[in-house]
Amino acid sequence: MPEKYRFLTGYMKTFKGGVSLPEHKDLTVDKKIRPIPPPFEMILPLGQHTGAPNKPLVNPGDSVKVGQCIGKAEAFISAPLHSPVSGTVKAIKDIFNPIYGKKPAIIIENNGKDTPVSFIKREDPESLPKEELIAIIKDAGLVGLGGAAFPTHVKMNIPKGKTIDTLIVNGAECEPYLTCDHRLMVERTGEILKGVYLVASILNAKNIFLAIEENKLSAIFAMEKATVQMKKEFHGKQIQIIVLKTKYPQGGEKQLIKAVLKREVPPGKLPLDVGVVVQNAGTCFAIYEAVYKGKPLIERCVTFTGKCLREPGNFTVKIGTPLKDVVGHCGGFTETPAKIIAGGPIMGIAQYSLDIPIIKGITGIVFISKKDLEIYEELPCIRCGKCVDICPVNLMPTDIGRMVKYSRWHYLDELHPSDCMECGACAYICPSRVPLVQYIKLAKIKESERK
Amino acid sequence: MENNFYISQGPHQFTNTSVQKMMKDVIIALAPAIFASIYFFRIRAVILFAVSIVSCMAFEAIFQLFMKRKITILDGSAVVTGMLLAMIMPPSLPIWTCIVGSLVAIGLAKQLFGGLGANIFNPALLGRAFLMAAFPTYMTRWNMPFTLDAVTGATPLGLVKFTQNLNINYQELFIGRVSGSLGETSALALIIGGIYLLIKKTIDWCIPLAYIATVFVISSVTNMIAPDTYAGAVFHVLAGGLLIGAIFMATDPVTSPVTKTGRWVFGIGCGLITMIIRLWGGLPEGVMYSILLMNAVTPLLNRLTRPRRYGT
Ligand code: SF4
Ligand code: SF4
Repeated sequence: MPEKYRFLTGYMKTFKGGVSLPEHKDLTVDKKIRPIPPPFEMILPLGQHTGAPNKPLVNPGDSVKVGQCIGKAEAFISAPLHSPVSGTVKAIKDIFNPIYGKKPAIIIENNGKDTPVSFIKREDPESLPKEELIAIIKDAGLVGLGGAAFPTHVKMNIPKGKTIDTLIVNGAECEPYLTCDHRLMVERTGEILKGVYLVASILNAKNIFLAIEENKLSAIFAMEKATVQMKKEFHGKQIQIIVLKTKYPQGGEKQLIKAVLKREVPPGKLPLDVGVVVQNAGTCFAIYEAVYKGKPLIERCVTFTGKCLREPGNFTVKIGTPLKDVVGHCGGFTETPAKIIAGGPIMGIAQYSLDIPIIKGITGIVFISKKDLEIYEELPCIRCGKCVDICPVNLMPTDIGRMVKYSRWHYLDELHPSDCMECGACAYICPSRVPLVQYIKLAKIKESERK
Repeated sequence: MENNFYISQGPHQFTNTSVQKMMKDVIIALAPAIFASIYFFRIRAVILFAVSIVSCMAFEAIFQLFMKRKITILDGSAVVTGMLLAMIMPPSLPIWTCIVGSLVAIGLAKQLFGGLGANIFNPALLGRAFLMAAFPTYMTRWNMPFTLDAVTGATPLGLVKFTQNLNINYQELFIGRVSGSLGETSALALIIGGIYLLIKKTIDWCIPLAYIATVFVISSVTNMIAPDTYAGAVFHVLAGGLLIGAIFMATDPVTSPVTKTGRWVFGIGCGLITMIIRLWGGLPEGVMYSILLMNAVTPLLNRLTRPRRYGT
């Protein structure tokens, strides 16, 4: 939607602080989601989520089917892993995982037949008891698809004594370049809403908000139309669409809760401590697929973008597809990228090679050209206070950086580096290019050592 | 394909402001005032600006060499200090005194404290304070615009303070055709520079607003109570070093607080001290001491105004 119509969105909600970024979303925002067929060799890391890694359930030489569970989740905070293709297990070996470092992975040779295990389709899942729904979600290996990859069933299991009054569906997608959630909200509107209803009925939430940044007008309109058509009510109320100001990190859980509800999550607490659960819009789509179609998490929507790609776009990719096989489907490179980022360009992780697989937590891959590469030298902090002004959780990044630099560890106690969610907004805004996030990470380590 | 991709920690994208750009903006913003100064004080202004800028850059390089730091005279901060220092000097100042001022500003106030970002006091102001203490006669000899010899032309603030002459020509005061330090006389030029900096977001608006508003309020009140003794608010805002101080000196990021609340307190404090000195102190002008004093309490302000911990 062009810039000039943005005033139509009227009143917008937001949080205090944050930064506005160049969006770069126009590269892919109009690109329809297309599937990328799985290549011959798939790489499935055992542990693609926050929490305990998987235990392999197959051995080299075994044949597997599409959707077959190949990695067991033994701990509570974990999620099982399924084969996205049919074929033969070739090996289990260490590979570079794009997020979690060198980790074991199952290598599967795709036989191209796509023989599935039988998926159980469900007609009216909302009538199922909530324990069963959570079990379905758990067995489908669902994790948060917004990037954090936190096992979804854990979030849905509300501990005794806590009540949830609000569900916020996160459609902010505040990182530059990424458009996969935007496209999902436009193209899979009904499915996402069905997923949202499922989550809402599991949580028994009174208020349901769908929060979308104002730069995604087409998603806002699509969602509004669909909610009106579906006419579904919870506790006498429909889903409310919330228009958020376009600002980074609007999609951070704490910022979203602040923007929508004006509630602040206390230090060290979770959203559920203030009666809220936040689910990403893409996750809601995956929940729909898992529950209605019985399909485990074997594929996700990913944005492949950057000026080096001939045809950047949004794609449904099978989990485990090596990055190098994706590039061909994007028309190849117009020039060799200088940097490859898994995730968005603010919090994303730079990659060593194209051999990494796409895993559950990857929202996008940004290929940065040599011209756009930003390399800076750290200059002395000039105490401009910009980082203090914009920190969404009211920290003083400049002071934390200073104390770390001069090893004044005991001063850190009063500066609370552990509250930092490493959003990187302070480092983005710093005119001296002080690597504040790195200093704060160090401060966190020291803080926990001192305790 | 070879695996030679550039690796770094996030963020991978940054704002386009940088220290150099901020310094460049300040230099651009100072330009109108410098031109006004050259127009009013002719060759004296040209000489003093040149001497001050060159000596500040030279001392920066010498000290950095001596203290085995990286030479950074091209980052613009020494140029800005040189410009600001000249702007707050009387036009008749001997050249060597100006060089001494640069030495104190760069050497003592900046490099001995640790260089850019580590100083507590605004370098240009500390340089001037030193000259005031060491060479008071040179520092209080004023000439009227367009005259090259130092005939004593008291500054408007001096006139008001010591002769109770309240016949103020506001137009001259606004344009800057009055006696005073090189770059402080033209309110118009300073305001143009200030607007540029605010538009470019190079300075935060809290400090200038708090500072000027405080001066305005206090002078309005005192003028209401004793209109024959005290000049009005507009006079106090336009006269002397208030505008250059509020726009260019008090907003120096390094020596002002990093928190928003701190900056409000800082601005109000500057305004209070300025007015106390102007109205009841022994000097006609108090901008310099007010900012230096508030510089000194800035570390304290940073501690006291730490933002509330999120979620508590
Ligand atoms: S200190 Fe942490 S939370 Fe605050 S802006 Fe920086 S990275 Fe974000
Ligand atoms: S933004 Fe950078 S230069 Fe400014 S106070 Fe923070 S760390 Fe220092």
